[in-house]
Amino acid sequence: MNHVSPAVPRTLAEKVWDDHLVVKGEAGSPDLIYIDLHLVHEVTSPQAFDGLRLAGRPVRRPDLTIATEDHNTPTLDIDKPIADLTSRTQIQTLRNNCAEFGVRLHPLGDIEQGIVHVVGPQLGLTMPGITVVCGDSHTSTHGAFGAMAFGIGTSEVEHVLATQTLPLTPFKTMAITVEGELRPGVTAKDIILAVIAQIGTGGGQGYVLEFRGSAIRSLSMEGRMTVCNMSIEAGARAGMIAPDQVTYDYLEGRAHAPKGEDWDAAVAYWKTLGTDADAVFDAEVFLDANELEPFVTWGTNPGQGASLSGNVPDPSAIADPNERSSAERALEYMDLEAGTPLKEIRVDAVFMGSCTNSRIEDLRAFASVIKGQKKADGVRVMVVPGSARVRIEAEAEGIDQIVKDFGAEWRFAGCSMCLGMNPDQLAPGERCASTSNRNFEGRQGKGGRTHLVSPLVAAATAIRGTLSSPWDLGVTANSTSEGVNA
Amino acid sequence: MDKVSVVTGVAVPLERANVDTDQIIPAVFLKRVTKTGFDDALFYAWRQDPDFVLNRAEFAGARVLIAGPDFGTGSSREHAVWALRDYGFRAVLSPRFGDIFRGNAGKQGLLAGEISEEDVERIWAAIEAQPGIEASVDLVSKTVTIGEITAPFVIDDYTRWRLLEGLDDIGLTLRDEAQITRFELARETWRPRTIPVQQAVGD
Repeated sequence: MNHVSPAVPRTLAEKVWDDHLVVKGEAGSPDLIYIDLHLVHEVTSPQAFDGLRLAGRPVRRPDLTIATEDHNTPTLDIDKPIADLTSRTQIQTLRNNCAEFGVRLHPLGDIEQGIVHVVGPQLGLTMPGITVVCGDSHTSTHGAFGAMAFGIGTSEVEHVLATQTLPLTPFKTMAITVEGELRPGVTAKDIILAVIAQIGTGGGQGYVLEFRGSAIRSLSMEGRMTVCNMSIEAGARAGMIAPDQVTYDYLEGRAHAPKGEDWDAAVAYWKTLGTDADAVFDAEVFLDANELEPFVTWGTNPGQGASLSGNVPDPSAIADPNERSSAERALEYMDLEAGTPLKEIRVDAVFMGSCTNSRIEDLRAFASVIKGQKKADGVRVMVVPGSARVRIEAEAEGIDQIVKDFGAEWRFAGCSMCLGMNPDQLAPGERCASTSNRNFEGRQGKGGRTHLVSPLVAAATAIRGTLSSPWDLGVTANSTSEGVNA
Repeated sequence: MDKVSVVTGVAVPLERANVDTDQIIPAVFLKRVTKTGFDDALFYAWRQDPDFVLNRAEFAGARVLIAGPDFGTGSSREHAVWALRDYGFRAVLSPRFGDIFRGNAGKQGLLAGEISEEDVERIWAAIEAQPGIEASVDLVSKTVTIGEITAPFVIDDYTRWRLLEGLDDIGLTLRDEAQITRFELARETWRPRTIPVQQAVGD
């Protein structure tokens, strides 16, 4: 399948692309790319299945397709019928479609149910060197394994269901090199928020990002997933990290990871995937990990962020007129004054969850800070594991009890307050420190105000009631999680 | 898909940058299982403001949206395209689009063309000088004309061809089905399968 001479140095992304080329596009038409794994959820699939039905087409490869329920699902009373009728209908539609087309489904209540981007890696379905798509922009998460993974629209969902391929124009490549050692309390989330603040929400458009450098290598798989997850917030459809021993150790033994001879063949192949020494990227960005501090957003897009020790910026100091008017609008929406120290901002809610930060290590990081503490008065704290399995694992470790003793709510798995499609929403004007990925206007509920933070910052904020890092608690977070240096 | 060649109609200036798809259509409207009926959901939060540009009488029946840079960033929701289309828009011009949005638009017959920031500013000024003025977006010549202004826009050749011909992507791909099958036969056994191995192997 390789149309490029092996002598030509290639990047990780180019290697995965070349090995999935079904038809090379001629004269400006796109390449036809094979899709190894298609993840499906209830929100972006009903119209795609409808399209298949209208055209009389089957799902070409049900054995490369898997569905779960996550966006709409309640995180309380999951044994009762879903109260919201439109949500219930959408969930039921997915169940009907999966039954009709022979697609494996993990419904609410199933042990493998959860956020689609937590479920894939947990089952060992996500692996290096594969292509992964889903009708969800945070599919970029799976790039942490050295897969090429990106979000698609519903028309493309239908296209993949029908053909197991996508016509795609080759991406440009961008290296994002993060060198140095993260200080204690600084995590993968702070890296990616700082990257987005540096290159902007449009900086990655048209690119596949490859995250590299010693700080990326030092991250756990959970931390790498957090970084790749938010590639889309920089405008890039995909973010990737070359596989290494950390990747193989995470994968080995998982339900769908290759076994025996297949495992050996796979690892031998995966070891060839890293970007060649002489390969050239179309763009390069550098970030110094040594200088990084806990990061937080102050505005209404993920690029509007700053170190937590800083102040709300003054829009009049921003040169670009579009960025300036965006910042002015953002401060008005967020009800913030330029020059206010970020640490003086008081929150009403803390949300710990989402496909960015809801894996077991994220929950361990959060729990390590709140253990034995009480949440600030008047702050609502919600902890939502990424999957049913993560929830069970956390409960086995006593994390649920730590959360409850703290005064926080311990919920069932799903997307929850990241986007408020279920009842978990902010009220108008409420301010939330959230471990999710988007601080767009109204994202967490109409009129809600979101500050994106890491699990450690979310925990410290829940204790103090104002945006805070573990550094403000006078203790050093002692955790092995999410790239936190113990 | 209907063929698209020239879109002519009232042009609306959306003088904002970074218009993400959560603003184009909030998540609460994504629970429907149909592909139409999203017109009321378009820019739902912003339309609560009586001064929002779409609420101005001069822009009733608009077909062309002239937006600031980074339009359609964020969520992959194709509902954003459906909502624009249901409202009546047939073309959107912006200096930069979110990649997924631009792809979705091309598949649903919504013309998404990239235009320079300078031209956007000029067009916004022309519309403000004469609200309700019509624009003509010509996919054949890849230009937009509004009043005295004619400006080029960029759209990739493949999307342009598909829009001009009204072609359906799945039908096009299935012409290569033999090659897909050949690729599948050579696919390594370590690659993932969602159905348990004992069922998938079946021998």
